[in-house]
Amino acid sequence: MDIEKELSELKAKVDALPGAENKLSMVVFSGDLDKQLASLIIATGAAAMGMKVVLFYTFWGTAALRDPAKKVGGKSFMGKMFGFMLPKGRNKLKLSQMHMAGAGTAMLKDLMKKKNVASLDQLFEAAAMLGVEINICEMSMDLMGMKLEEMIDYPNLKVVGVASFLADAKESSVQLFI
Amino acid sequence: MADYAIAKTLDCKGLACPMPIVRLSMEIAKVKVGEVIEMLTTDPGSLADVPSWAKSTGNAVLEHKQEPGLIRFYVKRQK
Repeated sequence: MDIEKELSELKAKVDALPGAENKLSMVVFSGDLDKQLASLIIATGAAAMGMKVVLFYTFWGTAALRDPAKKVGGKSFMGKMFGFMLPKGRNKLKLSQMHMAGAGTAMLKDLMKKKNVASLDQLFEAAAMLGVEINICEMSMDLMGMKLEEMIDYPNLKVVGVASFLADAKESSVQLFI
Repeated sequence: MADYAIAKTLDCKGLACPMPIVRLSMEIAKVKVGEVIEMLTTDPGSLADVPSWAKSTGNAVLEHKQEPGLIRFYVKRQK
């Protein structure tokens, strides 16, 4: 019997097991400021720990990726309505609790500044430097009439479907849904 | 002072989670394997986080010193 051959076959099998990669796959579903902060803190922390990180933005989460400076035309009526109703970018997000018509959110942002907690702007900048990948759900964008041209400039940003997320999630040692 | 030279001092004073380990992971890449970074932080969470980071990334915390309102870590790049 060839022990070495068996060992290499076994090693190939172990490498192909689900969750074998030192990688984090996260679904960023929520468009709430607090949950987006938590997502980005975990993502940048994981990247700093040497993990590969892929964020899958879907539903309300996608609005956080809009760039307020970019304008795109050619939207349907419903697309325009969604565009109008949803926050235009990460600096317009609200807290999931204690928003209090804006007072609570403003107070938290003020407190974060005082305590030197990184803002979403700083966290996105760190994420980009650390090579965190951002994937946007094609169906969510299409449903809400959003276009890639109105999204932020980010080095590792692409539009994908659920199969891409699942392929990433399957090989990741950590998967989260926020 | 123990028997190692400090290649670089990284000032993370005032920074909150996750920025100390984000900065550390970026700076460790800029020193050579075997060199030591002195890291200054005021974040109490880094007492647990820096050793966890080192364990996960395969680097070593040689020692840490706690002073009033300041923690010093000595981190060696191992790979």
